[in-house]
Amino acid sequence: MSQSSYDVPAKGGFSFDLCKRNDMLIQKGLKSPSFLKTGTTIVGLIFKDGVILGADTRATEGPIVADKNCEKIHYMAPNIYCCGAGTAADTEAVTDMVSSQLRLHRYQTGRDSRVITALTLLKKHLFSYQGHVSAALVLGGVDITGPHLHTIYPHGSTDTLPFATMGSGSLAAMSVFEAKYKEGLTRDEGIKLVAEAICSGIFNDLGSGSNVDICVITKGNKEYLRNYMEPNPRTYVSSNGYSFTKKTEVLRTKITPLMERVEITEVTGEAMEE
Amino acid sequence: MTFTIPIDNGDSVKNAEADSQRTLYPYVTGTSIVAIKYKDGVLMASDMGGSYGSTLRYKNIERMKAIGKHSLLGASGEISDFQEILRYLDELVLNDNMWDDGNSLGPKEVHNYLTRVMYNRRNKFNPLWNTLVLGGVKKGESYLGMVSMIGVSFEDNHVATGFGNHLARPILRDEWHADLSFEEGVKLLEKCMRVLLYRDRSAINKLQIAKITEEGVTVSQPYSLKTFWEFQAFHNPTAGAQGSW
Repeated sequence: MSQSSYDVPAKGGFSFDLCKRNDMLIQKGLKSPSFLKTGTTIVGLIFKDGVILGADTRATEGPIVADKNCEKIHYMAPNIYCCGAGTAADTEAVTDMVSSQLRLHRYQTGRDSRVITALTLLKKHLFSYQGHVSAALVLGGVDITGPHLHTIYPHGSTDTLPFATMGSGSLAAMSVFEAKYKEGLTRDEGIKLVAEAICSGIFNDLGSGSNVDICVITKGNKEYLRNYMEPNPRTYVSSNGYSFTKKTEVLRTKITPLMERVEITEVTGEAMEE
Repeated sequence: MTFTIPIDNGDSVKNAEADSQRTLYPYVTGTSIVAIKYKDGVLMASDMGGSYGSTLRYKNIERMKAIGKHSLLGASGEISDFQEILRYLDELVLNDNMWDDGNSLGPKEVHNYLTRVMYNRRNKFNPLWNTLVLGGVKKGESYLGMVSMIGVSFEDNHVATGFGNHLARPILRDEWHADLSFEEGVKLLEKCMRVLLYRDRSAINKLQIAKITEEGVTVSQPYSLKTFWEFQAFHNPTAGAQGSW
């Protein structure tokens, strides 16, 4: 019998070790966490000179609005931005991670990042987590090969489209796009259409709300229009605020201290024992 | 910890019979209906498809029918339940005619009747699996209402069922206004039906538009909408992203 131990090469690919454990837990009665499609409307469209991305600004925790004005359009590269729907932590972490990888890649190659690079890095990551990283993204940018717009689903599949919507408000926004999109839109027409689609999500979907953020990317230039539209301003009942006309007369003043004021005097001499 | 499960064959047979007596899931279904009030009355649009699960089984189903002299009923959901409802309404209209008193059931009355029927069936755990749209004009007043399979009922200036709720309602909320002309109304409905055709998998490109005014009901001949598939990006979607799809 040979004594030599075999040098087993490192196992690449997906490790299925935890699947048995997950099965055992489910059998014991553990309810596996279902994916929370946290309310959002995110859209992207390709116009004559580039890409326009749009997003609403509401972050929800179940039925409660956790953040009324969050940022859903994430920076990936100077010429690439990504909108994220799904679990906020997942979209932030995944876009941050790929953004760093892109920067290192730019240093190494000395060239501007391409949108398909971001696409491939994102889809590889999401696929390897089999949908458990709940991030649905609309990735858009303009690189040396032209303007590109992609959608990426939590399981890792991607689509390349002229106009795209994701999130719980995606149907409301898509109905606006399907009715009004045409090719060769100008910058202003494109921004108007994107704002309309996001507003449709804001007003018709309960998971989306507050303001509209827009990001316009063209060759060599990008404009991040934070809070481009604020269709839900906080209105006060009286525009002048409240004013009390008559000052109340002070008849008597008596102050009762609730806690005794204790004076601490330093004792000169020996220091306190530790 | 062990416990015995009492086995009584008689009971299980009875339960099986009782289960087969009530509607548990729909079989042949119609997709969305979209309807709006316009200047002279009500306009309603529906396609002519009946799906059997994921198969498009029937392509010539009329899902909008005239009720009496003043109303138009459109239904989405289980087709057999829709046919049953038409039978109930037939009886109702017949009895109304037999009174021969010069009065006839208007859309408000029919809507109320349908609401009661749907709600009562739901209470018995045996629903009629439909979402009904009831439109009509009586004495110059137009009426448009909706009843769902659990008995939720309301009236509004524009309604949509099924997928129409998500895809057509946003468009209607934005673009509907009072006193639409007939042409504007039809254009608005076609806009909604086109989006539904693109994005609802059970929609087919064969639709009818029904109009109800003081004069009565007219249901158009079936026709199809023009669709556009020539976006540059669809021609060669992976031109910029080799290897993706």
